[in-house]
Amino acid sequence: MKIGFTLNGKNTFIDVDAARRVIDVLREDLEMTGTKEGCGTGECGACTILVNSESRLACLMVAAQLEGAEVTTIEGIERDGRLHPLQKAFVEHGAIQCGFCTPGMVMASIDLLSRNPEPTQAEIREGISGNLCRCTGYQKIVEAVAAAAAAKEKDGLP
Amino acid sequence: MKEPENGEIERAGYDIGKTAHRADAYAKVTGREKYAADYYDGEFLWAGVKRAGVPHAALTGIHAEDARALPGVIAVLTHHDIPGENRIGIIRKNQPVLADTRIRHSGEAVALVLAENRETLKDALNRITLDYEALPGVFSVEEALKETSPRIHEDNPEGNVVKAVAVETGDSAKAFNECDAVVEGVFEVPAQEHAYLETESGWAYQGEDGTYVIVASTQTPFRDCFEIAPVLGIDPAGIRVIAPYLGGAFGGKDGITVQCLLALAVLHSRGRPVKMWWDREESFLAGVKRLSAKMHYRLGAKNDGEFHALECRLYYDGGAYSPLGGEIMTLGAEHAGCAYRIPNVSIKGWCVYTNNPVGGPFRGFGVPQVTAAMEQMVDMAAQRLGIDPLAIRLKNAVRKGDRNCLGVTLTNSTGAVECLEKMSSHPLWKGRAAWKEEAGPFKVRGVGVACMAHAMGYPPMVADEARAKIELTVEGKIRVYAGVVDMGQGNASTYAQIAGYVLGQDASAMELVLPDTARTLPSGSSSASRTTYTYGNALIEAARSLEKAIIKAACERVPGSVAEGFLFLPGKVRHTPTGRELLLEELAAFMDDSARVTTGYFKMPVVREKLDAIYMGPHLIFSYGAHLVYVEVDELTGQVDVARYLAVTDAGRVINPQVFAQQIEGAVAQGMGYALTEDFKVRKGRIVTRDLSTYIIPTSMDIPAIDSVPVEIDEETGPFGLKGAGEIGMSGPLPAIANAVSDACGTRVFRAPMTGEAVYGALIRKKEEGTVL
Ligand code: FES
Ligand code: FES
Repeated sequence: MKIGFTLNGKNTFIDVDAARRVIDVLREDLEMTGTKEGCGTGECGACTILVNSESRLACLMVAAQLEGAEVTTIEGIERDGRLHPLQKAFVEHGAIQCGFCTPGMVMASIDLLSRNPEPTQAEIREGISGNLCRCTGYQKIVEAVAAAAAAKEKDGLP
Repeated sequence: MKEPENGEIERAGYDIGKTAHRADAYAKVTGREKYAADYYDGEFLWAGVKRAGVPHAALTGIHAEDARALPGVIAVLTHHDIPGENRIGIIRKNQPVLADTRIRHSGEAVALVLAENRETLKDALNRITLDYEALPGVFSVEEALKETSPRIHEDNPEGNVVKAVAVETGDSAKAFNECDAVVEGVFEVPAQEHAYLETESGWAYQGEDGTYVIVASTQTPFRDCFEIAPVLGIDPAGIRVIAPYLGGAFGGKDGITVQCLLALAVLHSRGRPVKMWWDREESFLAGVKRLSAKMHYRLGAKNDGEFHALECRLYYDGGAYSPLGGEIMTLGAEHAGCAYRIPNVSIKGWCVYTNNPVGGPFRGFGVPQVTAAMEQMVDMAAQRLGIDPLAIRLKNAVRKGDRNCLGVTLTNSTGAVECLEKMSSHPLWKGRAAWKEEAGPFKVRGVGVACMAHAMGYPPMVADEARAKIELTVEGKIRVYAGVVDMGQGNASTYAQIAGYVLGQDASAMELVLPDTARTLPSGSSSASRTTYTYGNALIEAARSLEKAIIKAACERVPGSVAEGFLFLPGKVRHTPTGRELLLEELAAFMDDSARVTTGYFKMPVVREKLDAIYMGPHLIFSYGAHLVYVEVDELTGQVDVARYLAVTDAGRVINPQVFAQQIEGAVAQGMGYALTEDFKVRKGRIVTRDLSTYIIPTSMDIPAIDSVPVEIDEETGPFGLKGAGEIGMSGPLPAIANAVSDACGTRVFRAPMTGEAVYGALIRKKEEGTVL
């Protein structure tokens, strides 16, 4: 099946089995390995991407669902070589250990802040609760998201 | 390093004791970092494993014809296709790479398939059928130890015992009669699954020189070569293992997972690279687990709270094979008395084979099990004697110069008391009574503490050594060849920080080469709280040699200069008397290639006395900790909610506060999972919890704010005074929470995890029986 969609701002055309998992399209076919697979069954959030600005699990989506969609992955959130404020906050606040949950965590956090630009700590915890991290105990991730939210207000960044 | 003349400029480089952002963070946060699971280059093949699906059987036939006939299947391999030895094992070589005559656990690998794509691979694996005769299984420690039970390894002279150890100091039988209070308990802790986000994965190909190259998510690249080579029947020099950053490991990738299978696959891949990546279910099925344990404890104390006698009987379930099970149980036995002085001790431990999943290392090795038991015993003794739980710990905690339970004199930094004292002055300790009183309706609150110790490094019978290598590149960068894997804990960044500090460089001047048996030097495993201690010490030596070499080159460039006149600055050195500056790049051009590379070696010190106190010898240096937890229990459901957590740690001096806090917070979170929800359930050898929706690890909603406070006591043998911090935090949460639950409910749950159901059951029993413990 021929499918056209926007991937990180670029028009993208693929010809794949309609039932192929989006995670495989991204990682194997398009060699964009920033999106991770931690379970393949929708339980860990490592494969979180944005589809039409909302977070989705790439392991539960099939290629046919991409038709006409706007897809953003971790590779597509830097602007002019500068880290997204959430990426920067993750680095500065030590929210990254093994880093395997990180891309999904960052994408889920972008989704959270777009819905709720000034979340409380509890709202942050709830907002990222679909994303498992086995390394950090979440504290530094929560701090990073809070810091990014605060910085965003200050900078007036989108 | 020469004392800097200008403190400010010096601070431009890395510093010790100051947070430096991790060197790996940028590549990870942008998705650019390439893990072992991220290789898809060229015309590669997928490899996958047919697993037994039965826990114990005699294997009589493997039918692979249907699978072989499938278009897109390149090869189906069985034990017949192994050119070398079909047995691996770190201590006991008894685990087949592919089963030949016997199946000993349901995740046993039986056949290996190579296919053009994942779908074909799956299809082929489903088409393979096995002939077998089911054998009666052994699924508990009790059954394993029965004379009449089936033997899992027929040639094991000890029956189903992997290893048994005994420690006797003083005269415990007599000492118990001299005690004013004796408490007893039987504790059970479950198997625990690592649940790293990156499941076992790897990529392999044959290099142009004929070498088999295996890029794997492994903690042990150097040891792996020695495990893989005999399977192929070749010299270890013919194997190259590369370990990129790991997506978590925690002990579960300490040893062989995909490596031997990938090497075998490459023999049949017709020159194509091969990828293997276990899915979550396979990882749960075939990956190693923390050993479940049953522990009988008896602790005797005098009226004033002084511990006088301890008796422990420890039973660890090693599963079907025991890559390190005997050693894991042994470390547990060594730590059975935790961080206390107890003059009369009788500790006996057994690790046994069963038909359960394979047991293996998991953060803390065998220590979280015994700490869970001992620290509850301490509270039970305190309660019996009417002494405050912190006071009884302070009274008995080891101090420098004391003998521990094995009779070993603690000659190095020993911060147990300092940890407890720091806790006693913390607002969370002081405010505990007030917090408890504020419980809402149908809620009860409790506060619990635990103390812990964790040995650093290998036992004395295994040399704990590292060989560091560092280079001034022709581009003028400082390149550190990290010999120890970074599985996520950030040791590679800390290596850059250490070398950068010694050479006055900042992050932009540093490069890292990750473990690669062809490029870095053998420095042991990423485990045992040793990665920064051992390699860091070796690296300081290497960096100081490089400093000398660079200064020597600089002296030659500045007429009449002497070595003392130079100051290192990012990217350059300055001759302070003349102010002349030389770029590192310039200097590199004038240095012989051999002078630009230096090495350092370090071997961890070991005990000189009591070497025979326990199998493989006792440890010399320990990290310590004291934890405090606030819990709230819902009386209607038994649900335990952790409200606050304090972890005080003596892991020597802290090199990077952020990385240190990461280790403590992460370990505490895993410990909370171990305490409250994580229960790797196996019924008759078959796994019940096969995914992340049935095996519950903590989410962001389950972990409270964690206060991590270091007690920075200088460890004189450590790099800049550091000791290991990776494991110590793991042992505290279970007993601290158990003690808090007991404080809240007035009854104790002796079995982890303390799920709502278990706690509710205990509340009901207490009501019915009126028991108070
Ligand atoms: S990989 Fe998609 S949720 Fe885990
Ligand atoms: S950093 Fe390792 S899983 Fe989150």
